Amino acid sequence: MQEQNAIKVDDLTVAYNYKPVLWDIDLVIPEGVLMAIVGPNGAGKSTLIKSILGIIKPLAGSVKVFGKPYQKQRDKVAYVPQKGSVDWDFPTTALDVVMMGTYGSLGWIKRPGKKEKKASLEALEKVGMLPFQNRQISQLSGGQQQRIFLARALVQNASIYLMDEPFQGVDATTEKAIIQILKELRKAGKTVIVVHHDLQTVPEYFDWVTFLNVKKIATGPVKDIFNDDNLTKTYGINYKVSMQK
Amino acid sequence: MGLQDYITLVFTDYTLRTITLGTALLGAICGMLGSFAVLRKQSLLGDAISHAALPGIALAFLIHGAKNSFYFLIGALVSGLLGTFWIKGITKRTHLKSDTALGLVLSLFFGFGMLLLTYIQKQENANQAGLDKYLFGQAATLMESDVWILAGVTGISLLILLFFWKEFKILLFDPEYTKTLGFNTRVIDILITTFMVLAIVLGLQTVGVVLMSAMLLAPAAAARQWTNHLWKMIVIAAVFGALSGIIGTGISATQNNLSTGPVIVLVAAVFVLFSFIFAPSRGLLFRQIRFMKNRNNLKLHKTLSVMYEIAKTHKNFKHPHKIKILNNFQGFSRKSLKKMETYQWIELNGQMWNLTDKGYHKAVNLYNQQNIQQDD
Repeated sequence: MQEQNAIKVDDLTVAYNYKPVLWDIDLVIPEGVLMAIVGPNGAGKSTLIKSILGIIKPLAGSVKVFGKPYQKQRDKVAYVPQKGSVDWDFPTTALDVVMMGTYGSLGWIKRPGKKEKKASLEALEKVGMLPFQNRQISQLSGGQQQRIFLARALVQNASIYLMDEPFQGVDATTEKAIIQILKELRKAGKTVIVVHHDLQTVPEYFDWVTFLNVKKIATGPVKDIFNDDNLTKTYGINYKVSMQK
Repeated sequence: MGLQDYITLVFTDYTLRTITLGTALLGAICGMLGSFAVLRKQSLLGDAISHAALPGIALAFLIHGAKNSFYFLIGALVSGLLGTFWIKGITKRTHLKSDTALGLVLSLFFGFGMLLLTYIQKQENANQAGLDKYLFGQAATLMESDVWILAGVTGISLLILLFFWKEFKILLFDPEYTKTLGFNTRVIDILITTFMVLAIVLGLQTVGVVLMSAMLLAPAAAARQWTNHLWKMIVIAAVFGALSGIIGTGISATQNNLSTGPVIVLVAAVFVLFSFIFAPSRGLLFRQIRFMKNRNNLKLHKTLSVMYEIAKTHKNFKHPHKIKILNNFQGFSRKSLKKMETYQWIELNGQMWNLTDKGYHKAVNLYNQQNIQQDD
């Protein structure tokens, strides 16, 4: 079963009203990669992730997760939304938010118990947030909130992690801590897909990359395709990243 | 009439007891469900629903031909739900934002309702109808059967709340994430909305179309000030709502001719005002006190660190210095020096001061912290 595809996207097209946001995307993501999705603002990066997760209904196309429709494989996929997508003044604690990661496996009505609490505390520890477990979430810094979101996904114990800009607005320490966890996930054989903005760090953080600008420009190993040519095609201006190496 | 007499009256007088119970239950259920509306940032949905219910009441009268609160209830429920789904449909399918959709549906339904009301008033049996009571509400019309209905709905929504607690909570916090976990968010949404419509429709008779949304929002907004836990917020909102009902009924019953609905809403507003000012962590008063306390502390810390720098120039840090010397660095006051003495950071001796062990350690730690902050 090696070299299995984690995610296979076929002919995916998404449009808000008349304007296509994603146009005819074919994308194969192999299992076990740590992949960045890069592209300019409005390139459809978040939309791609949300379409894979079924949050957005595509105009056409299909998404397969480990060879089956996503709807049957939900428990294998964990999602880390953009930090700004929720109201952090919501009356709840850090631990409570992380526990929400266990709701999916619990299903309807059943409440989280000792087992779920233990798993959530472990996830909090992994992201270095254990001392903050009873903190009201509005009293956390932006970086800490991002860690809480990461912990919530970790507790799902999925095979595929889809993250929407996990490095947005976090300081250098948190960024390092998060990438460390992502690399550990890859080591454990998980597939991690990250919407990413900082092109400078792509070669350092990721081993796989997808260039996106409404259409898919390129996808593959960073060492093969992360070059000026693809960057120029994606961003439309001349890019020189070769100096990085 | 004293408070004690009034309380005995509540328990002995049938009408007063019915009204008190009814408004208390209504307040409780509105507080409970209003918490959801406030947290979902759909505060004005309640307003739209209550206005949307009006044409339903009028149509129920036209079809049935007589005043019957049960048919009115059904009519209000149907048109309230219809209005709600219109709002949701408009926001989902057009470019319009939810506030525009709310405004549109609210005025459209309310306008239609008023049109029907004036038409009914021109008919022969208009005066018996008393439909205009639904505009501003009349608690005196509450009957025992209404109280039973209210109790039933409150009970059922409590049960549903307990059953689907986890689902409600996660939907309120992060609906998209909820979807990815495999929950049918539409089912949860419809559950919440239906109960909200039900509570509003039940409240129309008492509080009226115009003031109904305050019943939903005020207790919830007040409750949010007191806690950072969802379940506590809902409990507190229910209690505030119930108390508003009881106190409001009390005031209107003892003061001649004060309409009950508005009084209840005003009592709820007092809860809001009180909570905004006096709640311990989010209230304005304590926030201001904390701010001033921090500012005073900062002043003391600054003076202490200046003293520390001076004391450091001597081998023995307890070596006394003139108070005047501080003038070269920054302003200080006798008061702040006295305060530092009571903290045992320094000892004052005439025109001289010297650091104590405690003050020295405090200053060293201050200094460290500042260093760390600079490194950041």
